[in-house]
Amino acid sequence: MSCEKMASRILGYVDGRLKESERLDAEKHLAACAPCRLRVEEFRAVSGLLDELPVIEPSPAFDARVHALVAAEPVKQNWWAWLRISPRVAFAASMLLLATLWLGFYQRQQVPQLPWNNPVIADEQMMQDLPVLEDHDVLSNFEPLKELPPPVQAEEAPVDTQQQM
Amino acid sequence: MLDVKAGDEASFELLLHRYRTPLVNFLYRMVRNREQAEDLAQEVFLRVYRAREDYVPSAKFTTWLFRIATNLALNSVRDNRYQKLEVSIDAPVTMDAEDGDERTLDVPEKQPNIEQHLVEESRRKMIRHAIDKLPEKQRAAVLLHKYQELDYAEIAKILSCSESALKSLLFRAYESLRVELAPLVAQQVKNQG
Repeated sequence: MSCEKMASRILGYVDGRLKESERLDAEKHLAACAPCRLRVEEFRAVSGLLDELPVIEPSPAFDARVHALVAAEPVKQNWWAWLRISPRVAFAASMLLLATLWLGFYQRQQVPQLPWNNPVIADEQMMQDLPVLEDHDVLSNFEPLKELPPPVQAEEAPVDTQQQM
Repeated sequence: MLDVKAGDEASFELLLHRYRTPLVNFLYRMVRNREQAEDLAQEVFLRVYRAREDYVPSAKFTTWLFRIATNLALNSVRDNRYQKLEVSIDAPVTMDAEDGDERTLDVPEKQPNIEQHLVEESRRKMIRHAIDKLPEKQRAAVLLHKYQELDYAEIAKILSCSESALKSLLFRAYESLRVELAPLVAQQVKNQG
């Protein structure tokens, strides 16, 4: 192992975080390299010095301040969470939805087929109604009916009777 | 955290109890101001609480927690540096928070301990200043590595870098500390030998 390679593994070696094979390689190098051995000792010393810094405790009011911040948070409206809490309501809502969908589908199937929507049926219907249509044509164009006097109006009748008297 | 996500308030209390001291210490060592460190730690817990419903356990909870803390700390350090640049050159020289904290420590009553206490304080001060002199990212890497005992993969995720980049970052940081603390290091090596 080279000194550069050792430098890249020195912290892992000091921490004891190297794999077994890497640790054995490092120890083999250190046995033969005095500068790297000194550097390992110095890194251990640095690590030991960092341990000397005392741990501070949060102030007694710390928790209370966190609780106050959390309590001041606006409550989120989450409908899914509400449904999770009430499985009965969720079940009822899903049943209602299913029923609505089923009814909509059923009613759609029950709608009668209107003849004018289908040209084949419309033609058949027209053929069946043809005699009636012909009668209508004959009656609407019947000449003798046109020659008849117009019907007497109901209001004029009493006036005529008074004049005759 | 999954219990907190399910609405269990007691679990949030548990998280607060478990992580408040490591978080406050990490942030204190990053920003060098106790009050500011506590404010930032409170902000971390608030963000955890806010994000509880969207929390996905894709990484370890500690990784996620310290990622929030590190981002807040780095932003705060950068903001502080900017504010310091704006301070007038005529402003009176004041003690930094660290020195202020040191002054509040109880002075030992017995006479022989005073000298020992002063020596220890002097060593601690040197160590703190050596850590303070590190660039922010190196400082965060050292603090997470040394005090939180997170593994390389976790620290790399927190600092958004590759594992090899993190190892290089840590090596440079320890090298700087070794040089900065050379007298103490030499003394330590001598004692070990």
